[in-house]
Amino acid sequence: MTSPAPIAEPRETPRLELAAVPALSIDSVSHSYGPRRALTDVSFNVQPASFTALLGLNGAGKSTLFSLITRLFGIQAGRVAIFGHDISNTPGEALRLLGVVFQPRTLDLDLSLTQNLLYHAALHGISRREAASRSAELLGRIGLSERAGSKVRDLSGGQMRRLEIARALLHRPRLLLLDEPTVGLDVKARADIIGHVRQLVTEQGIGVLWATHLFDEVMPNDDLVVLHQGKVLAQGPMSRVVTEVGAQDVNTAFMRLTGAQAMPGGIA
Amino acid sequence: MSSITTREAPRGFSSAEYMTCLTGIVWREGLRFLHQRERFVSALVRPLVWLFIFAAGFRQVLGISIIPPYETYILYEVYIAPGLMAMIQLFNGMQSSLSMVYDREMGNMRTLLVSPLPRGFLLFCKLLAGTAVSLLQVYAFLLIAWFWDITPPPSGYLTVLPALILSGLMLGSLGMLISSGIKQLENFAGVMNFVIFPMFFASSALYPLWRVQEGSPYLYYLCEANPFTHAVELIRFALYGQINWVSLAVVAICTIVFMIGAIFAYDPSRGLARRGPAGGEG
Repeated sequence: MTSPAPIAEPRETPRLELAAVPALSIDSVSHSYGPRRALTDVSFNVQPASFTALLGLNGAGKSTLFSLITRLFGIQAGRVAIFGHDISNTPGEALRLLGVVFQPRTLDLDLSLTQNLLYHAALHGISRREAASRSAELLGRIGLSERAGSKVRDLSGGQMRRLEIARALLHRPRLLLLDEPTVGLDVKARADIIGHVRQLVTEQGIGVLWATHLFDEVMPNDDLVVLHQGKVLAQGPMSRVVTEVGAQDVNTAFMRLTGAQAMPGGIA
Repeated sequence: MSSITTREAPRGFSSAEYMTCLTGIVWREGLRFLHQRERFVSALVRPLVWLFIFAAGFRQVLGISIIPPYETYILYEVYIAPGLMAMIQLFNGMQSSLSMVYDREMGNMRTLLVSPLPRGFLLFCKLLAGTAVSLLQVYAFLLIAWFWDITPPPSGYLTVLPALILSGLMLGSLGMLISSGIKQLENFAGVMNFVIFPMFFASSALYPLWRVQEGSPYLYYLCEANPFTHAVELIRFALYGQINWVSLAVVAICTIVFMIGAIFAYDPSRGLARRGPAGGEG
């Protein structure tokens, strides 16, 4: 696993001309659980080949937003589209372009690594032969080829996460959602996962939405969306957001925006 | 940069993709079942306890007159065998529903539901997979029961198959419908008390309904209205190469109603959406 690759390309200029259709478009989305309002008029885009960090405290509405994008819940108000495909009207076409890594582990612990991948491939209608070759290739890329036949239960937390990311890429999506993927991992495993995902952005042009409450996972070139109590408080390139708030770093910027108390490295 | 810049035209899904998805879901359910040996053993032990102990004790108490599809006097064990086959499927259907609640709590359900194929189709595949697992259990039970002198005609093992598939689908979709209303795993005890036991005892599984009618006419009507009774009778007749048309109609209609209900309950804009967040809220 390599360290995070810097994004060399200058931001905003040529890509905006190229990217007529955003990888993910969230437009005026609101959601309530009964009387409790979880999201209020949330709007932002994720561009192809970009890394967008969705920063928010626990309970900010990140998981609700992910549930709406993945069609686990129906959209109550607003619109969500993946490469222009509306998730409510054409869910099949939208979900085909989407890869997801959920916050809770979603692997079958008693099945082998390959079996887990083959099952996911089947859910996307990928033929057995094609699925087997893609699985072998992806396991090689995440350095787990030798464990292909082992039970998932025997993997470490970091290895499981890498497997989940490989699984999310099996059907070759163009948008990847990750919901706090580094929670509970050690420093090395965290760095590996972040490096791997950033590589996907630069090398394969995948658009990434990375939900987190850990500031040190956000880089100056990333797009940033600050979500607090169901509302978007700020969005744009991280360096711009920090400057606009008049802060020195993302930590302070976040605290100023939300009025929360500063914590070293992130917020619990 | 290899970014996609234009919206692609929808291409839909081919029948081969649907088949791959179906076989994948059945294959995974089968693998999971094989890995859970305790589940297989307990699925077999339960009906065998009824057969070896309960039936042996009740043999002298309950006389069975000749009723269709039987053409001679039969032992009590022979009478309750179809009921126990249906019981295996009832438990399996409810256990699949339990696993769906578990999957939903643990997040596995999400991997199924983010598949781009239509959600109704995915749930149908899941039902079919659960039914396939119940067939393994039922045939294992029939094999052991054969040594206990429960010997339906050899062709019966084949003719009972379509009946078992239909009853398996009915009980599975009932389980799925119930699972959509259960928020936590702990509530399965409630399912045992309020669904499994009443359905099993208020049916023709353990005693012929004419016997029930002698005891209580109201209970008789209740048993007649119980879809489980018709699942049992459908299996009973099919095991002897006959079709009980009334039971077939009831089971078919109930299967459709329960299945539509379950698909409706898992519709993102209705069922689950009414509830709170499924995973960790963040």
